[in-house]
Amino acid sequence: MRVQAAARRRRGTGVPDRRPALPVLAATLAVTLFALPLAGLVWRAPWSSAWEVLNSDPAGDALRLSMITSLAATAISLLLGLPLAWVQARVEYPGKRIVRALTTLPMVLPPVVGGVALLLALGRRGLVGRELDRIGVNLPFTTAGAIVAETFVAMPFLVLTLEAAFRGSDRRLEDAARTLGARPFAVFRRVTLPLVAPSLVAGTVLCWARALGEFGATITFAGNLQGTTQTLPLFVYVKLEGSDPESAIVLSLVLMAISLAVLIGLRDRWLTAR
Amino acid sequence: MSLVAHVRVDLAGFTLDVELEVAPGETVAIVGPNGAGKTTLLRALAGLRALTAGRIELDGVVLDEPATGTYLPPERRPVGVVFQDHLLFPHLDARDNVAFGLRTRGQGRVGARRQADEWLGRVGLTDRASARPRELSGGQAQRVALARALAPSPTLLLLDEPLAALDATTRNEVRRQLRHHLTTFPGVRLVVTHDPVDAAVLADRIVVLDAGRVAQTGTPAEITARPRTRWVAELSGVNLFAGDASTGGRVALEGGSTLIAADQADPGPVFAVVHPRAVSLHRTRPEGSARNAWPGRVRAVESFGDRLRVRVEANPPVVAEVTAAAVADMGLVEGADVWIAVKATEIDVYRA
Repeated sequence: MRVQAAARRRRGTGVPDRRPALPVLAATLAVTLFALPLAGLVWRAPWSSAWEVLNSDPAGDALRLSMITSLAATAISLLLGLPLAWVQARVEYPGKRIVRALTTLPMVLPPVVGGVALLLALGRRGLVGRELDRIGVNLPFTTAGAIVAETFVAMPFLVLTLEAAFRGSDRRLEDAARTLGARPFAVFRRVTLPLVAPSLVAGTVLCWARALGEFGATITFAGNLQGTTQTLPLFVYVKLEGSDPESAIVLSLVLMAISLAVLIGLRDRWLTAR
Repeated sequence: MSLVAHVRVDLAGFTLDVELEVAPGETVAIVGPNGAGKTTLLRALAGLRALTAGRIELDGVVLDEPATGTYLPPERRPVGVVFQDHLLFPHLDARDNVAFGLRTRGQGRVGARRQADEWLGRVGLTDRASARPRELSGGQAQRVALARALAPSPTLLLLDEPLAALDATTRNEVRRQLRHHLTTFPGVRLVVTHDPVDAAVLADRIVVLDAGRVAQTGTPAEITARPRTRWVAELSGVNLFAGDASTGGRVALEGGSTLIAADQADPGPVFAVVHPRAVSLHRTRPEGSARNAWPGRVRAVESFGDRLRVRVEANPPVVAEVTAAAVADMGLVEGADVWIAVKATEIDVYRA
């Protein structure tokens, strides 16, 4: 009965459906906009020399560096973002909304602006960078700097996903665990965390994918040095502009394949309409 | 092994202030309407809510006493809780749910699981050990929740509306099983419920809470025979009137009318109880031996077993129990004018 009622609600009144021409045309155009670039990439891909490109030094360096920095950024995001998400979901304190806005900002901020801001804060003459420089810590134009830039941009994806999950989980289950002898940390580890596990996985993968694709903040804050800060997206950009568009296309395909894999891996969460 | 508690919890706009003493092997039911403070009391005993004042002592160990700064967190109290909606961990199967409390107390995985299996056998769920909570029926989930609460051998067992999540058909069966399992538990047993049938079946003693205070305690029979709150009276189906006793068995009711009872009560505030069976209805003013008669209008007719209960709007309002034949003969439909009669000997008067 309920299913029928829902179906009826979706269909609206009993007026027979006709395909409305205008919206369908617009939707087709939109889908073309998404599909065409993928087709272009696949069409221009130099399949015969792909293996060669991937094995070349600069491309290999970029691939390796990208893996290191994006995984490091994801690890830091987990280490700091998990507690942040928990605090945001569970602790009441003044200024919470400001903190939420602050932690969401990197998602809407142009990444280049993020890079400039990082430079002004952590650069050699920056707000904090000056002090860091004095104790011998140098972030801009280093691999560590690339990791910081990627973390800055990617962590919000993890935090927002997890915060919603913490908010949505039944706190009475945590009460039940307490009465069964679990201390607060054991409750977190054995009840809270398993309950949000699907969101934890989704948030982590999203965060990693975002870190892997990071371009603007990285090139602004960390520069574009082969083997040190030249990650995959930077490499693709440089090669396309320069002498070697074939490498650019091959590595673009690699990035696209990873993105598709992420999407398929998370299909239960993102690809099924509720 | 006994519970001695004076629980005082101040919440915004509500104060719970309850003294409670329960012996081991005794089941006490905490009953009362929604908002009476039943769940707050239970949470305070479990340690999920700290006392504002008072003291909770279990087996001579003080669990909570704000005056001395004593407060044991829930994980350090020997208290098992069966929650409303059971609250089984959805990511664990029945066996690991039951093993949870053993694992947190330092038992190894293998030993804890073996013991959990024993508990599941005790509640008749050996074959459901690997089932996830969402695959269990309401009654099965309830038994897993009970096994989970009992497995770590608590000395105080708290049950919060243990039967509320069940549908009517399984309820009777589960209630009977629960009663059986409760009697095998040697510690202090406390059941919170809003259902007087649960209380009557499960408990040796009932504590009625009303607006954060104890309104009445006694055996189920005592409580239903001589209720002290309208809530209990309505649930046990008797007419309860509050008033002031004066000479000659007269009771001046709060609504301005007067009842005459056969028994002489000492002057002062009293309750008067009349069973619906003792209320007779008439189309005209009765001229019999009944000392009490007053007019009213039928508000509703409800079935009650093979009888019918007629709610009559009057001063005071009453519920009368009559046969279906009487309803048909007298035309007792909604809105009908009737006279109510109660014999003085049928009115039980006791001190408020």
